[in-house]
Amino acid sequence: MSYLSLRSRLAKSPATGDALSDQVGQSESMRLLIIEDDRDAAEYLVRAFRETGHVADHAADGEEGYAMALDGDYDVLIVDRMLPKRDGLSVIGELRNKKIETPVLILSALGQVDDRVKGLRAGGDDYLPKPYSFSELLARVEVLARRRGGRNEDTVYRVGDLELDRLSHRVMRGTEEIPLQPREFRLLEYLMKHAGQVVTRTMLLENVWDYHFDPQTNVIDVHISRLRSKIDKGFSQPLLHTIRGAGYMVREGAR
Amino acid sequence: MGALGKLFRTTAFKLTLVYLTIFALFAVFLLGYLAFNTQRLFTDQVTEVVNAETTGLTEQFNAGGIRRLTFIVEARSRRPGSSLYLVTSPTGDGLAGNVGSLPTGVLDQSGWTETVYRRIDENETSELHRALIRVSHLPGGFKLLVGRDLEERDRLDNVVLDAGKWSAAAVIFLGLVGGFFVARRVLRRVDAMTETTQAIMGGDLSERLPVGSSGDELDRLARNLNEMLDRIEALMGGLKEVSDNIAHDLKTPLTRLRNRAEEALRTARGEDDYRAALETTIEESDSLIKTFNALLMIARAEAGQARGNMVEFDAAEAARSIGELYEPLAEEQGLTLTIAAPTAVPIHGSRELISQALANLVDNAIKYSAPAAKAAGTPSEVVMTATTDDDHILLGVSDRGPGIPAADRRRAVERFVRLEQSRSVPGSGLGLSLAAAVAHLHGGELRLEDNEPGLRATLILPRSGPQTQPLADRRAPPDPSAAKS
Repeated sequence: MSYLSLRSRLAKSPATGDALSDQVGQSESMRLLIIEDDRDAAEYLVRAFRETGHVADHAADGEEGYAMALDGDYDVLIVDRMLPKRDGLSVIGELRNKKIETPVLILSALGQVDDRVKGLRAGGDDYLPKPYSFSELLARVEVLARRRGGRNEDTVYRVGDLELDRLSHRVMRGTEEIPLQPREFRLLEYLMKHAGQVVTRTMLLENVWDYHFDPQTNVIDVHISRLRSKIDKGFSQPLLHTIRGAGYMVREGAR
Repeated sequence: MGALGKLFRTTAFKLTLVYLTIFALFAVFLLGYLAFNTQRLFTDQVTEVVNAETTGLTEQFNAGGIRRLTFIVEARSRRPGSSLYLVTSPTGDGLAGNVGSLPTGVLDQSGWTETVYRRIDENETSELHRALIRVSHLPGGFKLLVGRDLEERDRLDNVVLDAGKWSAAAVIFLGLVGGFFVARRVLRRVDAMTETTQAIMGGDLSERLPVGSSGDELDRLARNLNEMLDRIEALMGGLKEVSDNIAHDLKTPLTRLRNRAEEALRTARGEDDYRAALETTIEESDSLIKTFNALLMIARAEAGQARGNMVEFDAAEAARSIGELYEPLAEEQGLTLTIAAPTAVPIHGSRELISQALANLVDNAIKYSAPAAKAAGTPSEVVMTATTDDDHILLGVSDRGPGIPAADRRRAVERFVRLEQSRSVPGSGLGLSLAAAVAHLHGGELRLEDNEPGLRATLILPRSGPQTQPLADRRAPPDPSAAKS
């Protein structure tokens, strides 16, 4: 039941040339359920997802959300933690008990480390503290949806003529081997695992470095430009792209 | 029960009752012991005298026969006193003495008896007296009785008993009155304290409890409570200052945000202008969110709420990891970042928070020493260290930047303080405060020192792990050159 095969491609939003439509560039259409009691916030999300070519339903409380999540076939659930009637964590727990394994992203005003741990322990797959930027949310939701598709368990990732071997830890561009530091390797590995998807700075910090705080200075950009100078410098086609206002993407083909 | 009931319920009064009971029991025991011993002494004396007289009279009988005995007994009987005598013939007739009648059979047995009797000069209807007597059977069937009236002993008993009764009454009365006054005095002082505390609860934090001059436990309590109030007042003052700072540092960017939006509405000519204005708006709000998150984190760390997530980990590895995260940035800024963490430094704590604290210190070190390095054109270095001494884990970050003047170091870790010279450098101004809060959470402190030149910031954490420690220890830094801890 991979969503890739199930979902028909919806029409993309008209290209306005802004950062968001850059971001939706290659993404497949997703079906999402937003369980959020703040109507304004929910409507904003529904609209924003629609503009980026996805379908989003909205449930205003925990009970309704639980019922809809049971019935509907969603790619990702976006669950607010504090909900009327039934709180978000208990909704997730109940769904997991019923063997509903739809990926869940928890949205919460509680953003400290321990809150996050609690959310993930309850069965959430990702945790995004409020306030969030939509591009961050979209990038994370896309990663979750894609994960459901069961891709990226390969031992070798390939994007264009760039090849990363996860077993031998070797990176080749064409016929040339590119030596990378261990952390650079993990950075590239994560980017290539999510090739064609936007990866935000926070996602990199969380998944490559395992930090959940905001560094005061944007250290990730420097790491990226170092990596870029190793894998793209001297090659005609750049593979590591900066997506303005959102993050980075590894993809074939210049825009 | 009213005021009196309140008095009876006081601890002082209850204590009085307990002591009173103990004292009364003791007095009863003492008097009983006294009475018993007096009686024994009296009996011993009587026995001795009677024995001596019996011996003397028996000797007289042996020497001079019954005639001599009766003569002497007759003479002795006439003396006033409580001595009793009787000599009887073998047929039981009284020959001499001052005892009139006795219960029958008393004379049949020789030896000691306690009995009742009447004197010879008393008639049949008069009251019987009690006596201790010794009967001796003399040769020829004659019987000799020598004894002593016991009225004296009974009188003595009565005296002791009376003394007991009266002294018990006096003890109880005085005890109750004493307890009443002590309780009332204590109650008055406690009432005064209660009144003051109510005024304090009403909002007047400057009130203080009355302290007497006696230095007793109530005074000590009042003094301690007063010191506590001083602390609370100081903390409240600090809190107010902090909230003023928060108001200032959150409102300033909020105002800027609002002004930008307003200006865009007023002056924007086209889509590009609006777009630019919106982009800066988002940037500003992002930095506001960062500030806000940092504040929340500081508040939580200071309140000790993050202790739940503590684990064992290697602080040296954490330092290397942060160093590696910042190394490219340092290089880009013309600095070298070196990490001296040769051995594992096991620590019990929050890896995330300690990493964040180190990240802030490195971030600051790079931010403040980069301009100097650029101006001088020479490479400057930032050094991270992770070492231990006997009791502490020392995680240090030192730079060759302008440093912080000794006078400002204490202020530098306060929330939102950014020293004058750093106004032009972007940042929330919370980096050092956050590092200090993380150090506190782990039971340690953040120390700022002169790196000659530059700044050396060190997280000093106890090896034994975080312990709940009294606030007082955290307020006053042990070393005046150390930063606020």
